[in-house]
Amino acid sequence: MYNSGKIIPGIIIFLAIVLFPFWSNLGKANVKPEPKIDTPVIQQMPVEERKCIEPKEFMKAGHMQMLNDWRDSVIRDGNRVFVSSTGKHYNMSLQNECLRCHSNKKDFCDKCHNYLAVKPYCFDCHIEPKENKS
Amino acid sequence: MKMLLPFVAVMALAAAALMAVNVANLHFLFGVIIPYIAFAVFVGGFVYRIVKWASSPVPFRIPTTCGQEFSLPWVKQNKIENPSTAAGVIIRMALEIFLFRSLFRNIKAELRDGQKIVYGSDKWLWLAGLAFHWTFLVILVRHLRFFVGDVPMCIAALEHLDGFLQIGVPMLYITDGVILAAIGYLFIRRVLLPQIRYISLPADYFPLFLIAAVVISGILMRYITKVDVVGVKNFTMGLVTFNPVIPATLMQGNGAFFFLHVFLISALFAYFPFSKLMHMGGVFMSPTRNMINNSRMVRHVNPWNYPVHVHTYEEYENDFRAKMKDAGIPVEKE
Repeated sequence: MYNSGKIIPGIIIFLAIVLFPFWSNLGKANVKPEPKIDTPVIQQMPVEERKCIEPKEFMKAGHMQMLNDWRDSVIRDGNRVFVSSTGKHYNMSLQNECLRCHSNKKDFCDKCHNYLAVKPYCFDCHIEPKENKS
Repeated sequence: MKMLLPFVAVMALAAAALMAVNVANLHFLFGVIIPYIAFAVFVGGFVYRIVKWASSPVPFRIPTTCGQEFSLPWVKQNKIENPSTAAGVIIRMALEIFLFRSLFRNIKAELRDGQKIVYGSDKWLWLAGLAFHWTFLVILVRHLRFFVGDVPMCIAALEHLDGFLQIGVPMLYITDGVILAAIGYLFIRRVLLPQIRYISLPADYFPLFLIAAVVISGILMRYITKVDVVGVKNFTMGLVTFNPVIPATLMQGNGAFFFLHVFLISALFAYFPFSKLMHMGGVFMSPTRNMINNSRMVRHVNPWNYPVHVHTYEEYENDFRAKMKDAGIPVEKE
């Protein structure tokens, strides 16, 4: 091999970069985030009523889209009434509707968002729920 | 045919992944075994190719000189385009790698009014190439958020910057649009220009189609078909901690798109070391760029020179002195 003084360090740098995901996670466990839904408001509800405004699977994939639509509907059209797929009416409001039950932003919203390094800008304007810091 | 074959190949790969997951339930094979093999082939093959290249001697100073070489003190040297020092070469290589300096020189010859040939600068290939490579890099680095437990600031910041326009939810990444446009340009250029189409081979179209398929499957997954991202990260973290798990949410519904995406990437990784994509490593090793133009200052000895028997004039005279004198030929030593 010629120029090994330059090529071997080059190969080592290449390996360090491409193997970064492996060596940076050495000895770390793969922990899946579990958002908590055990807030006082939810606890007080009868078990059969402990449902989000739409099915869980839909909310999981589409909550961000829904919040965006709500924002546009409230700000641009002044419409605050949301009719869910089951025909129920809800108040379109992050602070007064969503956070009424999910008052635990740190253990609910932030769990998955932090896991995936997603930084929604909801609370740039909205007020974060007051949480008892344990 | 040169275009159809790679297109069919990419479609076949995509179909194979969807079939395997939806019909045959081969989630573990397509999600874990194949990605591991593909990655090993990529790393091993890459190093192998580099070592193989490095075992060829480059005995001659063959830098392409693009400016005034080092000369007399009053002649102004172009220190970057015709470097005579290692620092000059480093700057030259950096310009080549980060900004595609040599492609920036691209010119086009054209016949105007029948007989008149004109040359003009043609920067579109440079622009599209630069856009393609940089966005690809940003996309790759962005994906590290799936492979690192606590996502470092720099990766999060890059992602934030990429979604800077705040269009829609999930936020539209600028790079998603740019890379599609760039791939589109690079493809259309190959098809529309007769000269380029003539020299294009299946090996030119295949990576283009494959990368396009990877990009499109990723975009579909993010914006349209949706996927359980928490499950995705759980899965990728399982891979990098050598503790593979396949979350149930990925095994149903639109989860098949995720396996399609992973399989196409695996194909790209496995194909990489055997293809022209190796220019990623090769650009560092191109002797016309990475050599110092110092052939008038340093003696470069050809490494495969073997000892040549030399018969000097002195030895010649020693051998034939008497005969030379007899014939009246002047000699240096009596």
